[in-house]
Amino acid sequence: MTGVGVGRTRVPLRATYVGMLLVLYFPIALLFLFSISENSSLSFPIQGLTLDWYREVFEDASLLEAARNSLVVGGVAATLATLIGFSVSVAVVRFRFRGRAGLVGLAGLPLIVPFIVLGVSLFLLFIFVDIPRSLATIAIGHTVVAVPFATLILLARMIGLDPNLEDAAMDLGATYRATLRRVVVPLMGASLLSAWLTCFIVSFDEVAIALFLAGGDPTFPIFLYGQLRFAQRLPVLIAMAVLLMIGTVTLTLIAFRLGRRRA
Amino acid sequence: MLGRRGALRFLALPPYVWLGLFFVLPLILIVAISFRPETGPINFDDPWAPTLVQYQRVWETESYLRLLGVSVLMALVVAGAATLLAYPVAYFLAFRARDRAVFYLVLLLIPFAASYLLKIMAWRLMLGQEGAINSFLQYIGLTAEPLDLLLYSRAAVIIALIYVWIPFAALPIYAAMQRINRGHQEAAADLGAGPWSRFWRITVPLSLPGALAAFFMVFIPTVGEYVTPSLVGGTEGFMYGNLIQDFFTSAANWAQGSALAVIMLVVTLVLVIVALRVVDVRRLSS
Repeated sequence: MTGVGVGRTRVPLRATYVGMLLVLYFPIALLFLFSISENSSLSFPIQGLTLDWYREVFEDASLLEAARNSLVVGGVAATLATLIGFSVSVAVVRFRFRGRAGLVGLAGLPLIVPFIVLGVSLFLLFIFVDIPRSLATIAIGHTVVAVPFATLILLARMIGLDPNLEDAAMDLGATYRATLRRVVVPLMGASLLSAWLTCFIVSFDEVAIALFLAGGDPTFPIFLYGQLRFAQRLPVLIAMAVLLMIGTVTLTLIAFRLGRRRA
Repeated sequence: MLGRRGALRFLALPPYVWLGLFFVLPLILIVAISFRPETGPINFDDPWAPTLVQYQRVWETESYLRLLGVSVLMALVVAGAATLLAYPVAYFLAFRARDRAVFYLVLLLIPFAASYLLKIMAWRLMLGQEGAINSFLQYIGLTAEPLDLLLYSRAAVIIALIYVWIPFAALPIYAAMQRINRGHQEAAADLGAGPWSRFWRITVPLSLPGALAAFFMVFIPTVGEYVTPSLVGGTEGFMYGNLIQDFFTSAANWAQGSALAVIMLVVTLVLVIVALRVVDVRRLSS
């Protein structure tokens, strides 16, 4: 291996990577520790281990309600953003039209607008047109910030898709809509799911925009943000967050696997 | 080909409408509102004439401008540090991890999938008076009293944000490195270039677009932060985003808040455009 490829350097790369993992995991492990400790405040020493905080999660109606709201908002936002991303990628890859470059640009642009600017702009819009703020307005905001992610994922897949497959379907008499539904969508299945999951995770964890667009019903991050100043609530909140984290990590891994499979 | 043209309208219209209504329109609205004269809650039915008074007030309030400068600086530090720290990790994944690269990448991404608020909370735990770092320092006898300078400071905000963004910053750098043709490095080696020379003259320039993407993917959300400073920053860690938030919540001075938000948007866009220019110039000259 000497002479070709990337030679040995003196930088301990593997140690850097392992060190980075330790730094990244340590604070999370610490939180996990407090979610199973008997301490009701987050301070050392640990007095004993318990699963009571996890039991309390399931007895806390407002906590569960907030988590449910997050699932709904995430589901709606992810579905809409994926539909928009899909439409953009098919239109841009398969058609030549005026405003084609503009459409890609528009779909990517929310990525370079700071969330607080988007949050307050939408806040003003909803007041201006007199739409009361609710879970629906949060979902609208999250759709906007999720669209760039869906578009990037689906555009990459659409570019790699053989256009002859669509032509063949249409030569055999399928309408274009039927071709999209029965040829393009199934071929992009894994990417569509990967885009949906990515958008869901973006929405599920988002708080900066949501805080401006929330009505009376909180999403889980909003609920968490509101409760963080009550020290005695922390262990239960952390337990809930750990449970949700297991969910999002699983979803991330699925999205990632689906993303890799097509690559 | 019949029916395809009709399909285009059906495909392109919904994205234009949705993003037009909920992305472009609100931005136009906030720019318009930033030219209104009100200093309190706005009644949209009131007649008004465009004025620069909100911008003038920002210009004359030294503390606002200083806060903008501080926030841009903090975002530069966070984005720079996250990119620099993620770079060797991405390098390891792209060039050293071989078959196990995917597995290592997943390990790196799991902390990123953990709740953002939870991670910020974790740093409150780490840096607090009775936190992990203070407990540890006292346990090993290095300090007798807890140090209270860790939490509720600008440094705490910067540390927590760097921590949150490192895994995310590694992604575009890794993607750019994966695209580097290994033949370039082999050719350079054949021509006598040492490992450092190959690194600085091939790997770094070719991975630069990825590093720049990483930088801005951290910079843009950080410059507008208000949640993290409110949790670990205290009064000292207050950022420009908190100022905007105040004008829309407790102060209810929307026109002033709009002007501040528009200024932040312009600053961000200018920085992105400048950076894109710089990289393109370099690509042309190489």
